[in-house]
Amino acid sequence: MSEHHHHHHHHDHEHTEPPSDLVLRVKSLESLLVEKGLVDPAAIDLLIDAYETKIGPRNGARVVARAWSDPAYKKWLLQDATAAIASLDYTGRQGEHMKVVENTAKRHNLVVCTLCSCYPWPVLGLPPVWYKSAAYRARAVADPRGVLKEFETELAEDVEVRVWDSTSEVRFLVLPERPAGTDDWSEEQLSALVTRNSMIGVEKARSPQEMGSSDERRS
Amino acid sequence: MNGGHDLGGMHGLGPINAEPEDAESVFHADWEKRVFGLVRTIGALGRWTSDASRHARERQHPADYLRHSYYENWLVGLEKLLLETGLVTLEELATGKSKELASAEIRSRLLKAEDVAAVLPRGSSAAMPTDTTPRFQPGDRVRAINRHPLGHTREPRYVRGRVGVIHEYHGAHVFPDLSAEGVKVGRHLYGVRFEAAELWGENANDNSAVYVDLWEDYLEPA
Repeated sequence: MSEHHHHHHHHDHEHTEPPSDLVLRVKSLESLLVEKGLVDPAAIDLLIDAYETKIGPRNGARVVARAWSDPAYKKWLLQDATAAIASLDYTGRQGEHMKVVENTAKRHNLVVCTLCSCYPWPVLGLPPVWYKSAAYRARAVADPRGVLKEFETELAEDVEVRVWDSTSEVRFLVLPERPAGTDDWSEEQLSALVTRNSMIGVEKARSPQEMGSSDERRS
Repeated sequence: MNGGHDLGGMHGLGPINAEPEDAESVFHADWEKRVFGLVRTIGALGRWTSDASRHARERQHPADYLRHSYYENWLVGLEKLLLETGLVTLEELATGKSKELASAEIRSRLLKAEDVAAVLPRGSSAAMPTDTTPRFQPGDRVRAINRHPLGHTREPRYVRGRVGVIHEYHGAHVFPDLSAEGVKVGRHLYGVRFEAAELWGENANDNSAVYVDLWEDYLEPA
């Protein structure tokens, strides 16, 4: 991504415009490590490409859609998430010990890493900037309802909020509630309702109505 | 360590200001991509643990940790570990010029482009057996020990001294406090549920709880 990407957003507190000396520092470090025989730059290119194009939240969306469609798979996913997710070939770093937590009418789950940025890479890819931000890490555990409101997610008072702080190598994926009005939907259709944010727990899955309106906006 | 990274409950950090999900790219600048790739490929050399990596990012002045962007903290940690393990010298880092090839043994571990596809689906399990029997069972009341180690720890400040209930047993996992120093031993790991009111008193959200994974060394019966 270009550096002028930054001019289009107002998130300066978290990823400020990199000073050119930072860009030079990274270039200099990479060329040093290549010269020393410690780094193959083509390997870096491939890693970047994998996390930009293959290892991302569509993987998690397929896991969720399968769980919504197949009760036996859902049961397995809640009991042994690591194995159930591996059966769909989503494995690798930061997904070695998976736990799936289920949202219901009376329970809402939210995932954070207050100490760094732990996140289930094989199913969600690399975390968004806001997930790594100091503001989210600070507030998710102390004021989860306030955080949810910032994401325009309103919960009734009788809905319990469970926050999962990823302090170990266990990684959490939220299984959102299946939206109403999707009884005859295919797994593929369902997966389009599953946003990344709904699998972190800051939002709910999209409703069929929201899908319709966002399609209109795009067209 | 009680560093700038241990953020649970801190005030004054402003709104979260999330970019819309559909609009956010995975990386926000080319240098971020290179830092991510460098950390992953150098990590594959096996010279340090992921806990040592985390600790290297934490070992900064808290003002620097908070001022830096995310991948800038990764870069700081990587440079620190490269120097501390002797993979590069201060002079090499300053000039960007190699004075000497890395040893043949280290270079033999280089992550090559042709190996990336095989490496990506492979994880690195944190499970590590221990001889002891678990001290706690699901349902037990426990207190997170009030401790303030100078080294790395994964017991966040906001749970120290607080009472929770064992929610589940995860098995024995590598103990991060020692792993950050290069010593790999297994210790029992538990998911512990803390009621929000126990953590935040009169400022707690209603009907809310926080689940924190804590190693047995962090816990005592309550």
